[in-house]
Amino acid sequence: MANPTLLRASNIDKSYAGVHALKQASFELQAGEVHALIGENGAGKSTLIKIITGAVAPDAGELHLNGKLVTHNSPRVAKQLGIAAMYQQPALFPELSVAENIAIGLEESSLLSRVNWRNRKRKASELLARVGANIDPDAEAGELTLPQQQLVEIARALGAEAKVLILDEPTASLSVEDTQKLFTVIRQLRNEGAGIVYISHRLEELPAIADRVTVLRDGSTIDTRLMSEVNRQQLIQLMVGRELSAVFPKKAVQIGESVLELRQLGCAASGIHDVNLIVRAGEIVGLAGLVGCGRTQLAHTVFGLTPADHGDVLLRGKPVKLSSAAQAIESGIAYVPEDRRRHGVILDLAISANITLASLSRFSSYGAVDFGREKKVAADYARRLRIKTPAIFAPVGTLSGGNQQKVALSRWLVTNPSVLILDEPTQGIDVGAKSEVHALMTDLAAQGVAILMISSELPEVLGMSDRIAVMCRGTIAATLDRAEATQEKILALALGQ
Amino acid sequence: MVGLNRYKRELSASLAYAVLLVAVGIIAPSFFGATNLRDLALNNAPVLLVAVGMTLVILVAQIDISVGSQFAVATVAAGVLAQAGVPIPLLLPLLILIGAAMGAVNGLLIGTLRLPSIIVTLAMLVAWRDALRWTTGGEWVQNLPANFQWFGLGQSLGQWVIVLAALLVLAFFAWALRNLAAGRRVYAVGSDAEAARLAGVEPGQVTFFVFVLMGALVGLASLLNAVRFSTVPSNAGLGLELKAIAAVVVGGTAITGGRGTMLGTLIGVALLGTIGTALTFAGINPFWEKAIQGAIILTALASDFVWGRVERMRTAKQAV
Repeated sequence: MANPTLLRASNIDKSYAGVHALKQASFELQAGEVHALIGENGAGKSTLIKIITGAVAPDAGELHLNGKLVTHNSPRVAKQLGIAAMYQQPALFPELSVAENIAIGLEESSLLSRVNWRNRKRKASELLARVGANIDPDAEAGELTLPQQQLVEIARALGAEAKVLILDEPTASLSVEDTQKLFTVIRQLRNEGAGIVYISHRLEELPAIADRVTVLRDGSTIDTRLMSEVNRQQLIQLMVGRELSAVFPKKAVQIGESVLELRQLGCAASGIHDVNLIVRAGEIVGLAGLVGCGRTQLAHTVFGLTPADHGDVLLRGKPVKLSSAAQAIESGIAYVPEDRRRHGVILDLAISANITLASLSRFSSYGAVDFGREKKVAADYARRLRIKTPAIFAPVGTLSGGNQQKVALSRWLVTNPSVLILDEPTQGIDVGAKSEVHALMTDLAAQGVAILMISSELPEVLGMSDRIAVMCRGTIAATLDRAEATQEKILALALGQ
Repeated sequence: MVGLNRYKRELSASLAYAVLLVAVGIIAPSFFGATNLRDLALNNAPVLLVAVGMTLVILVAQIDISVGSQFAVATVAAGVLAQAGVPIPLLLPLLILIGAAMGAVNGLLIGTLRLPSIIVTLAMLVAWRDALRWTTGGEWVQNLPANFQWFGLGQSLGQWVIVLAALLVLAFFAWALRNLAAGRRVYAVGSDAEAARLAGVEPGQVTFFVFVLMGALVGLASLLNAVRFSTVPSNAGLGLELKAIAAVVVGGTAITGGRGTMLGTLIGVALLGTIGTALTFAGINPFWEKAIQGAIILTALASDFVWGRVERMRTAKQAV
């Protein structure tokens, strides 16, 4: 390839609050190529993109554009340098017209400059014609279909004379036909000399669109290959390629009767359908899948937050109707949500109050909270889970992430659940707290609790689960036994094979 | 340490109040005359009751600006009922019910239908006030039975009953917020409604009941206020919402919900309620009252902002 190098990111390092998102990652984009960027959840793709578009600053490493070092990158600088990005959900202003959306950021604008509506519309029509879109510039952006909105975004990038166009999962919600149309536009841009970074979980579409591919894993660049020289299997291997390094404290326990059973469960509002799953007493079932495949939505449906409109939930063989979280708790289901800092605990409330919140009626008589018993139980859990705190009445906001997660877990253990749903239980907590959480899960399983664990971390899924259910596009694609499951198989299923 | 830190806003408001009292004491010792203090307490008792309700509303991260109009409706209702010969002791439960019903309207729209409270209560502020004007034609209710004023207890006893009732209600809600499971739910919903929902607490229900309580307290406040006079005005409660919200905020309740105490609200009502009289006694033009109240509210908010930043920096350091 004799094409000049457009963009070079070298030895980029980035940590967020203790999580090492990128380790010496490098990436190179040539003019006139479509360069695919792939990797598992959490491999560092988003962080790399954010650094290229100036949304976050790297801790170390250099970014060169057209051979020149970019020093003070910011979204504004990146745009001026000709870097444009399009995300899975188009970032248009829904109430503004298509022409206005395209004009934003393109037109010279001092606050008092007058809008030349005719020019604005003509320009928009030209750009839309270049991407082959038949869209009225006067239409409201919010009224357009998703593929149309994407084309508007690409038109906007064209208008900004973007040299580097980043497409993040552009086909995730597109039909086959719309995907083909989008590919035509992408190829045309490539032939005009733009460099395109193409991020996708759909490995099967890469040979049709990408010239080269770079694989990220655990924040590092693993390899860059010509697309014509690798097949799917090799790509999956490159994406996974790590040994089960951590030791998981999984013990074989007596598996009992079915506790939770889902039959053809579906919920139109949250996009899940035809889910069949059994979790038995003492069993840990891992729920794997890519971000956006509906794992959390499934948990919310089982927990009564977005009630099912189809199929049945059975507890110990008996169908139950779950239309609120309170009912689910009453039936013995507990759900520790993901994104702990936002939803798992209430930061302003005391540790003790957080721990008893889901079972408050058990800690009060005639409506009055029994502080003595509350304190005793909370202190007991704080000791058992080793929650490090100066005082049991301190607000949870004063604790570290790992300790907050233990408070969130305690809240649900106090309810004495027979089904425990854990959503990314160890995301963003340090290694020590992580193995404590794993040990706790093992203990609970030994006590006969049925555990459903959602996790994006494949080693954790493989290390902790008795069985692994893999979700893909809103339903369970297959369930694997512990013995037969491998990272490659899970990933292949999650990718829709 | 944790304990003191938690009540720093109550402490700083009490400190400001102490400074005010000392200053007035030096400039105009006659301020502390028994009659003046009693009048002060009496004037502020209805405001205190409304502020107690407003504390609950703000704790669940909502707002109610319709309380002044509700107050006017309830006041006229009290007069009309008394005039029609309803026994005076029955007025108390009836007024609480009438207030609760008005609160339930807000509660349904805000808690159940999830409409924004600022708009809903703005609409109710206009609606109740105009409905009242239309019904009464602006006329005051006169010819009340003799035992309406001071509940027929006579002025000196009646005055004490009113002040004591307000303080008792405050004490009850202070206890309830801390000790009842319901109080815990109020804090949880105001702090993070989604997290509360995930823990099995229904934010809509909690919000509904808070607005019902708010209305009930307005009903009670209006009765305790009305019995001080021999006629009942049809324009009572003008600006009451501002007084109550200001007192709650000055008392340290976070306008974003989830944090605050009834003790703080008591101090807030006392502080803002004293300034006007204190100015008069100190010989300063009482036109300054509103300006000084405004300055106090801004100072309270600014100190929240500064403390919030300090705290965030501290937790950020701990997290790393």
